[in-house]
Amino acid sequence: MQALTNRVKVVERKPMSLWERLYIPAILKGMAITFSHIFKKKPTINYPEKKRPFSPVFRGLQILNRDEEGRENCTACGLCAVACPAEAITMEAAERAPGEEHLYREEKYAAKYEINMLRCIFCGLCEEACPKDAIYLSETFTPADYQRKQFIYNKTDLLIPHPQEDPEAYKKALGNRAKNQTVN
Amino acid sequence: MLLVIDWAMILEKFVLITVVVMASLGIAMYTTFAERKVAAILQDRRGPNRAGPFGLLQPLADGLKLFFKEEIIPNFSSKSLFILGPGLAMLTAIMTSAVIPWGDKVHFFNRDISLQIADINIGILYVFGVVSLGVYGIMIGSWASNNKFSLLGGLRAASQIISYELAMGISLIALLMVTGTLSLKEMVLQQQQGGWGGLLSWNVLKQPLGFFIFIICSFAECNRTPFDLPEAENELIGGYHTEYSSMKLGFYLFAEYINMFISSVIMATLFFGGYDMPFVNEANLSPNIAALVGIIALMAKVVFFIFVFMWVRWTIPRFRYDQLMHLGWRILIPLALFNMLVTGGLILYFNK
Ligand code: SF4
Ligand code: SF4
Repeated sequence: MQALTNRVKVVERKPMSLWERLYIPAILKGMAITFSHIFKKKPTINYPEKKRPFSPVFRGLQILNRDEEGRENCTACGLCAVACPAEAITMEAAERAPGEEHLYREEKYAAKYEINMLRCIFCGLCEEACPKDAIYLSETFTPADYQRKQFIYNKTDLLIPHPQEDPEAYKKALGNRAKNQTVN
Repeated sequence: MLLVIDWAMILEKFVLITVVVMASLGIAMYTTFAERKVAAILQDRRGPNRAGPFGLLQPLADGLKLFFKEEIIPNFSSKSLFILGPGLAMLTAIMTSAVIPWGDKVHFFNRDISLQIADINIGILYVFGVVSLGVYGIMIGSWASNNKFSLLGGLRAASQIISYELAMGISLIALLMVTGTLSLKEMVLQQQQGGWGGLLSWNVLKQPLGFFIFIICSFAECNRTPFDLPEAENELIGGYHTEYSSMKLGFYLFAEYINMFISSVIMATLFFGGYDMPFVNEANLSPNIAALVGIIALMAKVVFFIFVFMWVRWTIPRFRYDQLMHLGWRILIPLALFNMLVTGGLILYFNK
């Protein structure tokens, strides 16, 4: 039969020679190979002591942003929840009462905001959908837990620390991710 | 007069037995750790390193885990035999250590204490007898489980061990013809004298083929890869210990590691000069130092053999069962017979 391509490799099926049937040389060769692996460098990283740096586009745990004065950006428009392919986000909106201007930047805010981390696939679409720069994905990942309900992150889990009350934690949480310009 | 009991002697033996048994257990424990480490290193991994410094407490954690597991005795098992099985496996594994010369002798309290529990003149035969008994632990355990898979696993193990015992015995006959003694102590003494620091009188040089057959057979006897079909858990079912749990399973696994240790010791003693440290003349040292040097030499050899056991395990895949039987009956036994005949012929020729 003519071969269709020139990549055909003929399989040799001739009986093994005596040398090959002795097996011992082959076994010794194999043992030499395994022995050489003793001196190879191990690719493992000792995780909790040493962490692998994330790539700059890593998408981790969500963070709800505040502006420089510490007001929450989110206006509970629900665009993130619509964009979310995993339907991980739920929220309840509320109207800003007079006197709460220092807490919420917009007139409407999210009274409840929950992300189910077991559903979230960390696609980052919520970040893209948000018109207010209120949510972005950080460089940390969701820590393990013992209970399912711990994975439903509410606003206290998600909100970034207050920039004026706790500037250091704010800086740390912000990383070099969030676009810091104010959108009005 | 016959009833005069040498209490010091009894005490001395008692201490020696305790030390040897404890040492065997401890070494077997750390062999499990070494196995995991060696496996990891040969596969470019790190191995257990969380429990204690360098993971050194890992065997304790493993043991503790086994103790805390639920102890299950199946309803339809034959209960006494079910418990007897692992006990017997452990017993036979440790019993072999009685005739092994761990060192020459130490001098304490004005007494010469021989570092061998019993220097019986048929040492090798005793080892063989006890090793054969090891099959009973496996067979009884698998039979008492009252489970066909356990029984099949037990049969696999028993037929394998019995088949390879033959070739092992025959390969040793050639060795016995060379040394002319059955006592392990005397064999070591013979291997101490000789050219080039005693190295030239090591039996492995006189019986290379015999040693080769012996080491293959001891791989099979210890159920180690490439002959670990009795417990090929990933393609056949677990084997004779399918029904076992908790520390009873631990005993079976532990007995296997002790077996590995003991057979390394026997290989070192029979073929590699036992506690003989090459290039050191033990007669020039004070007895206690000489004994220490001897024990270190023996342990170094043993560690090497244990490493070989593991090295082979992480290199070669397992045999198929028919290949295993083929190798045992149609290759190793004829080879051992051939070795025996050639040895006999050579001895006759040179000693005419
Ligand atoms: S990252 Fe993707 S899946 Fe997760 S909450 Fe945002 S949109 Fe939904
Ligand atoms: S996070 Fe952004 S998109 Fe989601 S509700 Fe708040 S403002 Fe709207």
